[in-house]
Amino acid sequence: MIARLFNFHGGVKPDSHKNESSSLPIAAAPLPPRLTIPLRQSVRSAARCLVAPGQRVRKGERIGAGEGPLGTDVHASTSGTVVGIAPCAMAHASGLDTLAVVIEPDGKDEWIERRAFDHRAVSREAALRYLSTCGIVGMGGAGFPTHIKLGNGHGIETLIINGAECEPWITCDDRLMRERAAEIVSGAAILHELIGARRTLVGIEDNKPEAIRAMREAAADFPAPVEIIAIPTRYPAGGEKQLIRVLTGIEIAHGKLGTEFGVQCFNVGTAHAVHRAIHHGEPLVSRVVTLTGNVSHPGNYEVLVGTPVETLLALATPKPDTDRYLMGGPMMGITIADLSVPIGKTSNCIIAASPALFPPPPPELPCIRCGACARACPADLQPFELYWFSRAKNVGKAQEYHLFDCIECGSCAFVCPSHIPLVDYFRFSKSEIWARERELKASDQARERFEFRNYRQEREKEEKAAKLAAKAAETRAKLSGSAAGTDAAAGDDPKKVLIAAALARAKQQAGTTESANTATSHAGGPGTQPDIASRREQPHLHDSDATF
Amino acid sequence: MIHSPYIRKPASVQSVMLAVLLALLPGVTAYVVQVASVVVVNLLIATVTALAAEALILMLRKRPVAPALSDLSAVVTAWLVVLCFPPILPWWVTVLGVLIAIVAVKHLYGGLGQNPFNPAMVAYCAMIVAFPSLMSQWPPAGQIDFQTQLDLVLGGARQLDAITGATALDAMRTGLRTSGASVESVLQQSGTFGAVGGRGWEWLALGYFAGGLFLLARRIITWHMPVAFIATLAVVSGIFWLAEPARFAPPLFHLASGGAMLAAFFIVTDPVSGATTPRGKLIFAAGIAVIAYLIRVFGAFPEGIAFAVLLMNLCVPLIDMKTQPVVFGHRGSRP
Repeated sequence: MIARLFNFHGGVKPDSHKNESSSLPIAAAPLPPRLTIPLRQSVRSAARCLVAPGQRVRKGERIGAGEGPLGTDVHASTSGTVVGIAPCAMAHASGLDTLAVVIEPDGKDEWIERRAFDHRAVSREAALRYLSTCGIVGMGGAGFPTHIKLGNGHGIETLIINGAECEPWITCDDRLMRERAAEIVSGAAILHELIGARRTLVGIEDNKPEAIRAMREAAADFPAPVEIIAIPTRYPAGGEKQLIRVLTGIEIAHGKLGTEFGVQCFNVGTAHAVHRAIHHGEPLVSRVVTLTGNVSHPGNYEVLVGTPVETLLALATPKPDTDRYLMGGPMMGITIADLSVPIGKTSNCIIAASPALFPPPPPELPCIRCGACARACPADLQPFELYWFSRAKNVGKAQEYHLFDCIECGSCAFVCPSHIPLVDYFRFSKSEIWARERELKASDQARERFEFRNYRQEREKEEKAAKLAAKAAETRAKLSGSAAGTDAAAGDDPKKVLIAAALARAKQQAGTTESANTATSHAGGPGTQPDIASRREQPHLHDSDATF
Repeated sequence: MIHSPYIRKPASVQSVMLAVLLALLPGVTAYVVQVASVVVVNLLIATVTALAAEALILMLRKRPVAPALSDLSAVVTAWLVVLCFPPILPWWVTVLGVLIAIVAVKHLYGGLGQNPFNPAMVAYCAMIVAFPSLMSQWPPAGQIDFQTQLDLVLGGARQLDAITGATALDAMRTGLRTSGASVESVLQQSGTFGAVGGRGWEWLALGYFAGGLFLLARRIITWHMPVAFIATLAVVSGIFWLAEPARFAPPLFHLASGGAMLAAFFIVTDPVSGATTPRGKLIFAAGIAVIAYLIRVFGAFPEGIAFAVLLMNLCVPLIDMKTQPVVFGHRGSRP
């Protein structure tokens, strides 16, 4: 056992509401009539479509090829026929569309040939590539590609497996740990090897004693150094940075990666998926989803990726007074605008919400600077200061007070006695800042383009003038050459000598200008054009900043 | 559309203010029993005035009236004004004080949460400057019957010399300064003093202390301000007392007299006009204690807390700016 746990500042203790679904074993959700599998499984990259309508696919068959280093492959979640490739709504706060493969299941659920993958027999790189072809991404929230997080194989001392599940209502990780502890531990051991860690810690909130027991038993049976650690139940202990802090004492600032501090964190679901991929040759095509809230039959289901939320909800029978559905937990989840959205690799929970369970927030009152938000903030921010700055649209000041360190966990808004939707203010300020930066960048580009155009025109003018001068000089030289005989006194006139010398210089210069011309037209302006090109190629910083 | 979080703790400004009012009750009870039961009448007058003024000005400002009235913040202000004023003031002084607090200090600055100064303390300072003699008429504990008190409040003839005495702080100051007596002799010769502070009045200090513990337990206030205020007042007065015990009153006297306990838990801790960061709270409360002590002992007024609070209110933006806590991950290195 580890001698000491660390503490993070703040945090809140909302009613856990885990009992509604925590005792219900994971059941396989029935095949839906249609699967809509988004080719974009994370904000960072979309896969290239590999199938055409009418094509028959088997379960686990690749239907999308990951593109770029952050790309991961996408697979058919069951066997059937591709009936279309169409845009579909995404389960994301933006509500944006993404391209998806629509599959009509044939009911056979027929797998492709599955073969275990011996990650020890191949190079590390090959193993990581294999994981990316299996579509393994972080299943805890952001859907970040696992093969990227596994890094370069050294420098990671501590591997952390996140089984905290701190959001109320959600029990999918709890059930997974209770029922498939051995597989999680096996996956953790694979991650341990691939990342080259010295120790592996599994953090589980102490309100899940069954999961802790199951995991301890599995870890004891397993010949790998995996330690199961019960951590105090306090939201957001399952936030990656908070969990790392609790288990290791290391604090990772905004914009920094765990790898810089020798620590990396994966969700228990990811560890489980890694185990399935390596030992069973199964790509990631399903996940456990909790159905709970205002429903008659809550439960935990093994759901195929691409199952529409509405089909899934039928299993739980929402009660009539349900007015909306949340995806994720009540602290950080999103309201599902369109129930046809498919379950993705990061969709952990669907909560039916009713006015009784989730009453609309009371009217917003003025901030009395009581500081309750600051006491609850796990990032040690002063949310009320950020609120005042945001209200005043003084986003620069908000940024100075570390607005971007806000993880939007919602603890501040949860405790605010004035019922101020603080997180909304912060999201607003963040998007204001992003918009301003985009604007700034756009105007910078426009200015550079304009300056380069001026430069180019100026250069062309000079070149033209030089050419003309050269030509004129040439003709004059010719003329003077033919007239040389007649003008005998030319040699004596110092003026004439000077002119002749200048003409010769001009001739020489005309020659070099010509060659310089051709050279510059290839290379572009001195440094300007490549500069712009490189700026254009720069990835959009803020797209990659957003979490999914 | 409503965004996350979708759940809220059952907390409200109203419940915060209600807790503060409840916490004042032990002190008020001690006031009624030990000193002057007419304070209840004053509280009533002040409450009605505060609510009426708040409603009126909200209507003038075209703001919703009901939510602001029901948040009870005006009532808290009204009670604090009464508790720092002498109890036998004519009713109109109380009304005027409350009006200053609610209209001028709170609403002219933008309403709840916007005022840079503590409303009750501005009211006290304004009144003591405007009506120095009225504001210095403190009745000796338990020597005037309720009827006389009521007459004084409601505007009867004021023959105060016969009935008002000096407060403990006042008596101590005059004793030490004008007659040049030692602390010990001052404490003995006058009937004004009790075990540690003013006779009777020291029970109020105890009541406020108890209420303050309640606020701490309910987490309405944090420990920083009361602890910093009490500790600093004790240390500063302790240093002077140790240096010259005959000329300076002991720390316990300073803590139990005047408005020290009321200030420690109810005035200094006003969230709106006070510092907000943990370190800032310590500096803010300690600053008030130092200034209050200096005014008490060397200044022209018997009680200096109100002026000290206003002076420190002025420093709050600077204090807050300079004491921002270190944000998660910015501590620099691993532990």
